[in-house]
Amino acid sequence: MIRAAVAFGATLLVLFIAIPLATLYAHLSPGRFAALITSPDAFSALRISLVTTACSLTLTLLLGTPLAYVLARGRFAGRDVVDAIVDLPIVVPPAVAGLALLFAFGKYGLAAPMLGPLHVQLAFTTAAVVLAQLFVGAPFYVRAARAGFASVERVYEEASATLGMGPLRTFARVTVRLAMPALAGGAVLAWARSLGEFGATIMFAGNLPGVTQTLPLAVYLGLENGDVDLAAALAVVLVTVALAIVVLARLLERRSA
Amino acid sequence: MIELRVSKTLREFTLDVDLAFDRGVTLLVGPSGAGKSTLLRIVAGLDRPDAGRVMLDGRVLHDSHVDVPAFRRDVAYVFQEYALFPHLDVLDNVGYGLAARGASRSAQSTAARAWLERLGIGALAKARPRELSGGERQRVALARALAWKPRALLLDEPFAALDETLRLRVRDELRATLASLDVPVVLVTHDESDAIAFGGPIVRLERGRVAESSRL
Repeated sequence: MIRAAVAFGATLLVLFIAIPLATLYAHLSPGRFAALITSPDAFSALRISLVTTACSLTLTLLLGTPLAYVLARGRFAGRDVVDAIVDLPIVVPPAVAGLALLFAFGKYGLAAPMLGPLHVQLAFTTAAVVLAQLFVGAPFYVRAARAGFASVERVYEEASATLGMGPLRTFARVTVRLAMPALAGGAVLAWARSLGEFGATIMFAGNLPGVTQTLPLAVYLGLENGDVDLAAALAVVLVTVALAIVVLARLLERRSA
Repeated sequence: MIELRVSKTLREFTLDVDLAFDRGVTLLVGPSGAGKSTLLRIVAGLDRPDAGRVMLDGRVLHDSHVDVPAFRRDVAYVFQEYALFPHLDVLDNVGYGLAARGASRSAQSTAARAWLERLGIGALAKARPRELSGGERQRVALARALAWKPRALLLDEPFAALDETLRLRVRDELRATLASLDVPVVLVTHDESDAIAFGGPIVRLERGRVAESSRL
């Protein structure tokens, strides 16, 4: 009796998740999908998404890797505070993140006295899309990388040093290599989060086709403009990418275990 | 020659020694927790003394003004659990010290292979550390420590990770290999029978101080 109830509940939830996503695929014929996805509007959103997520991922790796290492290995006052700050964007609502970025980097924001004289305008530009993605995505990478670095036994770094390898080369040849499954897994998650970013982007970067309109924004605008088919075609792209990422993340997890 | 006169406050006592290790093998013995490993780590540059001086062949490795980092000391270290790099095969593990010194791939490989042959494990060149037995790991660790011609060799409990039957055989092999070296070798062990088997000079450490020092 209990087993049947558990099985029923479990089946219900799995179907609740799977069926709506599957209907996205059923909405369009393959020919119609191909035509929509190669349309200029779709192509533009695809291009913006790929370019901006490539930039935000690069920034995440460059800035997040040293931070994660320091959090894993460093002993300094306020480490827990830094740790908590880095985790915040995971739980802060994206729209709030967008408003915060606007207050900080907008035309009349905190950084305006510095950016103004340089004639740098960030809000409602492609750069703003990248910053919004960095804000929401980077914590996923830093968390995973921090755990990865912490799991590398220090004796390997010491062995490398006694063999004559300097700190930077030891980091690249030993630490990063041993933490690689965690780093790759974190990078994949951060990228996925950035690709799906909507709330912070629309607040801080707007929804300008060809400039700031990423795939999720194009899905929203498609529905808004009554072009449900275009929205569905772009949604299929996003769900397919998500599916690939879930599979990839699992493979990486298995490798690191 | 390794010369050190150092002190370092540890949890339960202060390590305070004035020692010189000449060419050849010196056994550093004493009960667990006597400060033996810390002393070795200070020579290698993995730990810093609170005060004092460490010299190798007349060169200052550490004093109040100088602290040569571990990677510039040319002091090889065989760790208790060997610390072979799990992501590299045996050949790349053994060639690592040469890679650090800018040797070409082929020079690394040639030197590494020569050491593996010498220690009787040439067939394991392409194996990963996790595929090796305890005795094989110990030999790979030794080859990795010696392939780049260090100026001193430190071994921290090199038999601790081995079972009893293997231990005696490995000990004899190691003694033969170490006897052929022309640099100071310090071997840490808590086992008195190792000291007797090696037969060389012995330094006994107890609660951070030299309790006995015998010279040949």
